[in-house]
Amino acid sequence: MSEKRPPLTEALPTPRWHRWAERLIAALAFSAVLAIALIFLFIAREAIPLFFEEGVRDEMRLRDLFIPRIWDGYDEAVAIWQPIGGTPKFNMLPLFVGSLKVTILAMLISVPLGVGCAVFVAIYAPPRIREITKPIIELLAGVPSVVLGFFALMIVASFTQAVFGFTYRLNGVVAAIGLAITIVPVIFTISEDAIQAVPKSLSEAALALGARKYQIALRVIIPAAIPGITAAIILGFGRAIGETMIVLMASGNAAVMEIFDFTTSVRTVTATIAAELGEVARGEPHWRILFLLGVILFIITFIINLGGKMITDRLHRKLTAG
Amino acid sequence: MNKTGKDYLLAALTGLALVIILVILVVLFGEILWNGAPVVTAEFLTEAPTADMTGGGIFPAIYGTVFMTLLMTIAGVPIGLATAIWLNEYASSRSKIAAIIRTAIHNLAGVPSIVFGLFGLGFFVIFVGGTMDSLIYGDIPRPIWGQPSILWASLTLAVLTLPVVIVTTEEALKTVPGELRDASLALGATKFQTTLTIVLPNARGGILTGVILGVSRGMGEVAPIIFVGAANFLPELPDDLRDMFMHLGYHVYALATQSPNVDAARPALFGTVLVLLALTFSLNLIAIIIRSRSRRALRPS
Repeated sequence: MSEKRPPLTEALPTPRWHRWAERLIAALAFSAVLAIALIFLFIAREAIPLFFEEGVRDEMRLRDLFIPRIWDGYDEAVAIWQPIGGTPKFNMLPLFVGSLKVTILAMLISVPLGVGCAVFVAIYAPPRIREITKPIIELLAGVPSVVLGFFALMIVASFTQAVFGFTYRLNGVVAAIGLAITIVPVIFTISEDAIQAVPKSLSEAALALGARKYQIALRVIIPAAIPGITAAIILGFGRAIGETMIVLMASGNAAVMEIFDFTTSVRTVTATIAAELGEVARGEPHWRILFLLGVILFIITFIINLGGKMITDRLHRKLTAG
Repeated sequence: MNKTGKDYLLAALTGLALVIILVILVVLFGEILWNGAPVVTAEFLTEAPTADMTGGGIFPAIYGTVFMTLLMTIAGVPIGLATAIWLNEYASSRSKIAAIIRTAIHNLAGVPSIVFGLFGLGFFVIFVGGTMDSLIYGDIPRPIWGQPSILWASLTLAVLTLPVVIVTTEEALKTVPGELRDASLALGATKFQTTLTIVLPNARGGILTGVILGVSRGMGEVAPIIFVGAANFLPELPDDLRDMFMHLGYHVYALATQSPNVDAARPALFGTVLVLLALTFSLNLIAIIIRSRSRRALRPS
């Protein structure tokens, strides 16, 4: 996009490298698109042969990846992830159940905390408290996840076991608390922005009609900010389901198919990849299945993020149009 | 309950959320500081760990982390800057291409870190490294480039930090008033000259903040480098791009989960966590200071 300039009689010619630099900048701008494409292509490249290699297909049935099967020595159909042993069993269901369990519990903890804190800071807190609270919570967002995994493993695990008397020291609850600490800043920041973005005229109108502060908060401001808060929750969910180090360190990592008990050991999709890939030779079915887990995880988070962005974009348009 | 009571109740409940978060923060930092500070001595910072990793220091891990962070910055930041400059200075606000790029950036930011690890292994180590090996050396029994190394770990993390650098740089470019650009263009400068001599110097503080935030994010990530170059125990310092390396975050993970004697490893663990946190937070602190200074400078006096 070149500028139309009036011809200057004595203008110096612009150096030729400027045009090359501009072309380079335009080309580099596609880096993010390229990165997304390469990520998908190259993890799929390691996973896809699973469906075509003759040797692999003889060894295992692909439907066993998703559907419970009556294995030798079992009385009923079971979904097991047991990659090592006589007959390797690669049913992904327990891993996805594990991921969902930990994520949902983490959301149950972090949504009330994050949204509650955002409401307090945006509506009730005096400006001075607001000014210190925001950077402090952003500081929490800067803590590396391995540190939070360590915190959950060393401190949260001992504390919760002492208080609740869990049979297993590391379990779904401990991992979920660790996860919740990483998502709280995400949910807080986006929710707080959404609440701040609600036009002042709305709450002023309610105030003029004689509404009290809690009525304005609950019936005017929060309903108006709901799309933004929803986006915050969706993005927090995406972060939680993809988080690796915390669940790897604090969840106990036994792949048990236990849907309702949160106090048993849990193994998530992400932790499985992190824990097992290092011990598998390239090209083995196990290797390809771990990459397949990565592909599925990529697709899930891609959809979640796209959904979250569409909601925030729509909200943005609505607010700027009005 | 009367209306005033309901007002207090909502304020108290939401305020409680804030208090809980603050308590978690205090316990988190308090425990680490309390248990870690006595461990962090001059020897701890400058010596290599002993073979069982419970004694000695963590110098190789500090060195590896800093080395990797520098490589990552050199590789990723120029690309991030170029993308932000194109999006803010060159693309029109209705551009479809810009919209696609923005969506890609947003999605890249949401890719799970372990998927970056798979990508680093599948793309950099196996594809790029493997191709380099077969082009340079032909048929070799052991891979030279096609194996985990500090180079591939840095490049993987450079991709991971790209969205942070792009988004914060673009924010910084937006703060430069349009009048400055118009004035420069009116004087006959080209768009590129305007960007180079007017826009970038004025956005310097914000850009630096973005770069530092991206770098500190990449420095603490562990999941992407587990298979791409981080080593469990490697007292020698990496002196070649193809070497593997020790990393503070990975060291925390290894000490916490793979140590045969967790109680003996406890002091070293707390010490390592404290050093890692201190490094990331000092970067964040620098970013915050630069940001507040550049804001003050932009404000018309």
